[in-house]
Amino acid sequence: MERKSPVFTAFVYACAILLAAVILAPLAWLFVMSISPAADLAAKPLRWWPQAADFSRYGQLLSTAQNSAGAAFTASLRNSLEVAGMATLAAILLAVPAGWAVSRTPSVGWSLSMVIATYMLPPVALSVPLYMGLSHLGLLNNVFGLALIYLTILAPFTTWLMKSGFDSIPREIEAAAMIDGAGLFQTWRIITLPLAAPVVATSALFAVLLAWDEFFYALLFTSDQRAKTLTVAIADLAGGRVSDYGLIATAGVLAALPPVLIGLVMQRALISGLTSGGVKG
Amino acid sequence: MLKSIGTTLLGAVFVGGLFVPHAFAETTLNALFMAQAAYSEADVRAMTEAFTKANPDIKVNLEFVPYEGLHDKTVLAQGSGGGYDVVLFDVIWPAEYATNKVLVDVSSKITDDMKKGVLPGAWTTVQYDGKYYGMPWILDTKYLFYNKEILEKAGIKAPPKTWEELGEQAKIIQDKGLLKTPIAWSWAQAEAVICDYTTLVSAYGGDFLKDGKPDFQNGGGASALKYMVDSYKSGLTNPNSKEFLEEDVRKVFENGDAAFALNWTYMYNMANDPKDSKVAGKVGVVPAPGVAGTSEVSAVNGSMGLGVTAVSKHPDEAWKYIEFMTSQATQNQYAKLSLPIWASSYDDPAVTKGQEELIATAKLGLAAMYPRPTTPKYQQLSTALQQAIQESLLGQTTPEDALKTAAENSGL
Amino acid sequence: MSGTWMTTRAWLLMLPLLVIMVAVIGWPLVDTVRLSFTDAQLVGTAGNYVGFDNYTKMLTSSNFTRTLSTTTWFAVVSVAAEMVLGVLAALLLNQEFRGRAVLRGLMILPWALPTVVNATLWRLIYNPEYGALNAALTQLHLIDDYRSWLGEPGTALAALIVADCWKNFPLVALIALAALQAVPRDITAAALVDGAGPFNRFRFVILPYLAGPLMVALVLRTIEAFKVFDIIWVMTRGGPANSTRSLSILVYQEAFSFQRAGSGASLALIVTLLVTVLAVAYAALVRKTAGSAA
Repeated sequence: MERKSPVFTAFVYACAILLAAVILAPLAWLFVMSISPAADLAAKPLRWWPQAADFSRYGQLLSTAQNSAGAAFTASLRNSLEVAGMATLAAILLAVPAGWAVSRTPSVGWSLSMVIATYMLPPVALSVPLYMGLSHLGLLNNVFGLALIYLTILAPFTTWLMKSGFDSIPREIEAAAMIDGAGLFQTWRIITLPLAAPVVATSALFAVLLAWDEFFYALLFTSDQRAKTLTVAIADLAGGRVSDYGLIATAGVLAALPPVLIGLVMQRALISGLTSGGVKG
Repeated sequence: MLKSIGTTLLGAVFVGGLFVPHAFAETTLNALFMAQAAYSEADVRAMTEAFTKANPDIKVNLEFVPYEGLHDKTVLAQGSGGGYDVVLFDVIWPAEYATNKVLVDVSSKITDDMKKGVLPGAWTTVQYDGKYYGMPWILDTKYLFYNKEILEKAGIKAPPKTWEELGEQAKIIQDKGLLKTPIAWSWAQAEAVICDYTTLVSAYGGDFLKDGKPDFQNGGGASALKYMVDSYKSGLTNPNSKEFLEEDVRKVFENGDAAFALNWTYMYNMANDPKDSKVAGKVGVVPAPGVAGTSEVSAVNGSMGLGVTAVSKHPDEAWKYIEFMTSQATQNQYAKLSLPIWASSYDDPAVTKGQEELIATAKLGLAAMYPRPTTPKYQQLSTALQQAIQESLLGQTTPEDALKTAAENSGL
Repeated sequence: MSGTWMTTRAWLLMLPLLVIMVAVIGWPLVDTVRLSFTDAQLVGTAGNYVGFDNYTKMLTSSNFTRTLSTTTWFAVVSVAAEMVLGVLAALLLNQEFRGRAVLRGLMILPWALPTVVNATLWRLIYNPEYGALNAALTQLHLIDDYRSWLGEPGTALAALIVADCWKNFPLVALIALAALQAVPRDITAAALVDGAGPFNRFRFVILPYLAGPLMVALVLRTIEAFKVFDIIWVMTRGGPANSTRSLSILVYQEAFSFQRAGSGASLALIVTLLVTVLAVAYAALVRKTAGSAA
């Protein structure tokens, strides 16, 4: 073991505290803003802790009374859930066969590389034809249309992760099942998928995070409560026309909650996914 | 166009709608408004509720976007089969919307009573090429707001009548240590800065266009920008103005951090509301000043209208909704934040009560409203001007050069 | 089972994925190429063939060159800072101290925060009149007057970069940390015995283990940074005086605000080409430094 001088130990602790502060301070402030009365947020000098915590904005945004601001927010929350859910499910359904194929037949792997390379394309390069195409199909401002587009963002990643997952499952186990007369899909059901379940879960969570975060396509292709997602709703609030900063902060807290919880719970799996697949920035 | 597919889909949606257990065959309208303070979201929702109560067979879905997104959203939604039926549009867009067939011509629906009853200045908001593309809804211009208490402390008897005087008074306030930077504007790189600039252009007697070609780089247009730059450089203007939108200006003014502020009508009653404002009861309002020898007062036409989109499947219901929203009764009821378009409302005690000062100012300001240029390429022109103004404020280039470049990049 | 059947089956299993990708990405890309040679409007006219007009117009406009340099600056500085901060944080987290597990757990938070929420949060922090940054710096007597962080060209881009770094350096840190933990203990111990100083130990013993994973992070982050749209859109919309306008925002303006689909498409393809060249160059570099990592 390396000998550690007290000075070095103190230095490590100082750095650790600094790092913790850098990470936590902005997040803590977001939460404090969400519970501070408007007057406190406009005070000079600024009041760092509210005199009385005010949680009313959470109620306001989560209320579902018809035609209220809360209804608009909860609608976007629902849209985000629907779009992310559908796109993730579809991305897994595509990724399992494709990932397995590439894992077991590496000679087709180049096509997966092509699929992954689409990640380089800036969305603006596809946006005009996609806009016109969705318009022709009547899928503008529609959760299915948006989910279809998200699918092409998620599927390359889920496929890559699934491929890595299948790589670690020995072919011999599958071969044994096949010799016993099981077909391909039966082998998957009985042998492969149960073994790959953790990878499926990780891929799905990744996909949800990616879909939840997307903004550009949602900004262009949705226009109202029928399809508008959370990210767009928050950008609208932050646009400078809402004077209650606390309300903006509250919306931010609510939108951040699901991905942050996923992140905390699934930390280990996410990191191993990141290092093997190298996903998301 | 594959409109038929859209129609079929929409039809399918409607058939689906019939299975919903409702007594009526409902018509659903989608309406696009902006998230703002004058006719706040809550107001628009309340007005709409009153409409749906009176018309139970019509359902209205409301959508609010910030002003900055209003134009792009309206245009982008044109492509979707189930786009908006009713959209709020700014005075600067009818040219483009008419040319690109975003809005339908509603000239035939404008009755003589409407023509007579609505103020002439309001009508310019919705007209292009002699046709009507909607009903005016928000009649608005920018006024000069001042903090009575600060002016009193500074020994200033009357608010400024000219822009020069504004600078002098601000200097007094600054010298007496009452405020570091007494004037607040909305000069962010956005349409807001164009509204302030236009107010000054009107004061200096400038022109945006002459024979369809840019003319703001000459005469009054150049003087207006020079005034802004001088005011900024002298330190009389809050330097943060260059990232302010109207709501930021209001916040600063309500916090007592500005002696003067240029803003829309809505600020009067909001800044006078003790619940959120520290300057309640001290708010003065006068028309934006003039320039000695050129103008008495100045004003920008910042009105907005409601129109029916070309993709609407229910233009009749949509118009009914617009009629309701722009009706004198509705407008009078919500006159505290946005003044009515109807001439006779200004003599109605129910409207004027408690805001006599604002009404008196409005009579002068609204009469002086100066238009921003009417051209289908307005967005490009405005973008070029915003850049020119900001570059001049930041000292990256001289006002003259900046405006010349803007004229070249205006697309006209 | 014959190899041909295996391959055929593999293609069949890939088919759904490939069909979707071609339909939703391949076709629009081809169509963008077509559009870029026309003067098509977003709504209305389909446009006529105009040859390379759009390209020459876009490439020679001062808007493009300026936006390109803004975007490059943003990408280079923010990615470099994320790499350095990320590795430093990883080295720290690789030390033993109490609370290390908790701190590692916290690192995931900024990364999990949606980009738009992050941008909103920092926009509030930078608010010139009521923002936390101004308040904190004034109360610590580091500045005398409140400043307009997002309103000055000198600070606006830097402010955006800080916000972007805060969200993304923890990701680099976590990737680097995972790699660090793969460094065998006895190798570092041996280097220590050999009398290698801390810098040399990092450079010759640890860095080789980090190079592969870090290159992957570098490539991904650079591509992301070049395509940047969300954070700028929410925080500054490209202002003040267009000093923070990125290429993606320029394309949006051209194609959607001004509705010139044709020239917007040509601009978008120029951006695509730039990113592709960058990625290919990087990929070559990755192969060289890390061998198997890709």
